[in-house]
Amino acid sequence: MSDAEDRPLTIADVAVAPDEALLECRNVTLAVPGRRLCKGLSFAVRCGECWVLVGPNGAGKSTLLAALAGLREPAVGAVLLGGRPIRSWGARERARKIGLLPQDSFDAFPDTALEIVLSGRHPHTPRWCRESAQDVALAQAALAAVGMTHAAARNVQTLSGGERRRVALALLLAQDPDLMLLDEPTNHLDVAHEVRALDLLGERVRDARHAVVMALHDLALATRHATHAVLFGVDQVVAGPASELLTAPLLSALFGQPLVAIAHPRGTVFVPN
Amino acid sequence: MHRSSPLPVLAALALAALAALLFALAVGSVDVSLLKVWNALTGGAQDTAGTVVRELRLPRAVAAFAVGGLLAVAGALMQVLLRNPLADPYVLGLSGGAACGALVAMLLGAAALVTPFAFVGAGISTLLVFGLSRGRGAWTPTRILLTGIVVAAGWSALIMLMLSLAPEAQLRGMLFWLIGDLSGAEHGPLALVALVAVLVAAFALARDATLLSRGDVTAATVGVPVRTVTFALHALAAGATAIAVTVAGSVGFVGLVVPHAVRLVVGNDQRVLLPASALAGGALLVLADTLARTLVAPAQLPVGVLTALAGVPLFLWLLRRSAP
Repeated sequence: MSDAEDRPLTIADVAVAPDEALLECRNVTLAVPGRRLCKGLSFAVRCGECWVLVGPNGAGKSTLLAALAGLREPAVGAVLLGGRPIRSWGARERARKIGLLPQDSFDAFPDTALEIVLSGRHPHTPRWCRESAQDVALAQAALAAVGMTHAAARNVQTLSGGERRRVALALLLAQDPDLMLLDEPTNHLDVAHEVRALDLLGERVRDARHAVVMALHDLALATRHATHAVLFGVDQVVAGPASELLTAPLLSALFGQPLVAIAHPRGTVFVPN
Repeated sequence: MHRSSPLPVLAALALAALAALLFALAVGSVDVSLLKVWNALTGGAQDTAGTVVRELRLPRAVAAFAVGGLLAVAGALMQVLLRNPLADPYVLGLSGGAACGALVAMLLGAAALVTPFAFVGAGISTLLVFGLSRGRGAWTPTRILLTGIVVAAGWSALIMLMLSLAPEAQLRGMLFWLIGDLSGAEHGPLALVALVAVLVAAFALARDATLLSRGDVTAATVGVPVRTVTFALHALAAGATAIAVTVAGSVGFVGLVVPHAVRLVVGNDQRVLLPASALAGGALLVLADTLARTLVAPAQLPVGVLTALAGVPLFLWLLRRSAP
């Protein structure tokens, strides 16, 4: 993918000091019909951090990601992007800062994989311009990064679920935002592509210019990559360092399923007891 | 694949549109040679043929081109807005509203009011659908589609009521209006101006429209102001359809078949699809209308009969050819 070093330095790079929050979630409560979620959640995402959202089905992980992406207004509290309320950002400037991989893709029309990935270049392309040769090259590099070069000209309606997921991930790579939000990025992926996809994200975070927040069900992959975690409990949502939160006692209580931790140098596996 | 340049396709469609227009000017009760058509257009010929070309055939061909283009562009926009390749300009009941307005004017015996009433009916239908489908502040494609279909059913009930009550002598005129007919079409130049305006405005939003066709969330996350763009595109589609039905009645099938067929050839990039649909829709309707007034001459068919007769096999053939 595009090496951050190749990119000309922008005002945003200079303005955000290393320890300043890229995205801040301040006392956020989310409302969905009949329910309140998160209840006063606060945390801040800085460059070089990888956050995982962990919790049972329906706990509000996707809803929180939508709020963090600026697609949904919190009932209480605020989401700040670069110190400003995220809803006050223009759609295009926001899309250069934050990208979201939704849980599902929606293909009503026969777009090719390359066309889908090129849509990631939209916020970088002026209104009256076509995508440049550089944009096409970036999109092709993104497809290569997820091992989908061979399918560039394929109609996405004919791809398998896992292949379609990798194309969606390539779109996010081509968009190249500072902060990537991902909703179950490993959905539909086989084990090799699961590992490869998360390693790609891990590499981006390690350059200390990017950050990742993802909802993830695979706890082993979560412990392998996360620096921080948000646990969506029944009564309470807590945020903090991954090493303190991704532990057998807390996760057992979180899911209502006794788990035993088996430590391995490349991550911790949690086995049902 | 970055699709190959769209220019050859657009150029071919422009040529086809030009050929269809020349055909429309040359063919009819009096066949006029292309040279004479040229003379008539440049003002040289003052004979009967020149008058027929300038004063009868040209306005009708212009109206046909504009209506076909408007319907095709509106259909392409509705397909994007409803994320459904089966959508057409009438799916939200707009033609039903226009038809009700036109039929009321005909029942009142006020021929001069048919056009304004049709336009007002289309407007009322649009406001009704968007007013009713705004539950809890959010317009979703499914909600709009369902509301539109139900409102359309309501209009069609009213239309049937009026047809049952109408005096025998007016039934034929009403039926022609409902099928879509260009024989009395006025306002062709106005419709042409509207086509250009809609096309320019839609083209400015074409990249956003392409992204919108992939879903609200995907579009929003790559920087499309979804609400604004959705609203603007709905307004353009409704305006284009209202003008088209007001000029020609509810000509069917062009708005469904043309954008779909064009998409099979040029892909879903709206920057290409919208202008290509306008050219193809215009050319198709000019051709269909010319056949409608010549096939059973001296009688004339309503053009809507021919668009449906020709559209169905064309569409099925394209669909079979492109099966993945």
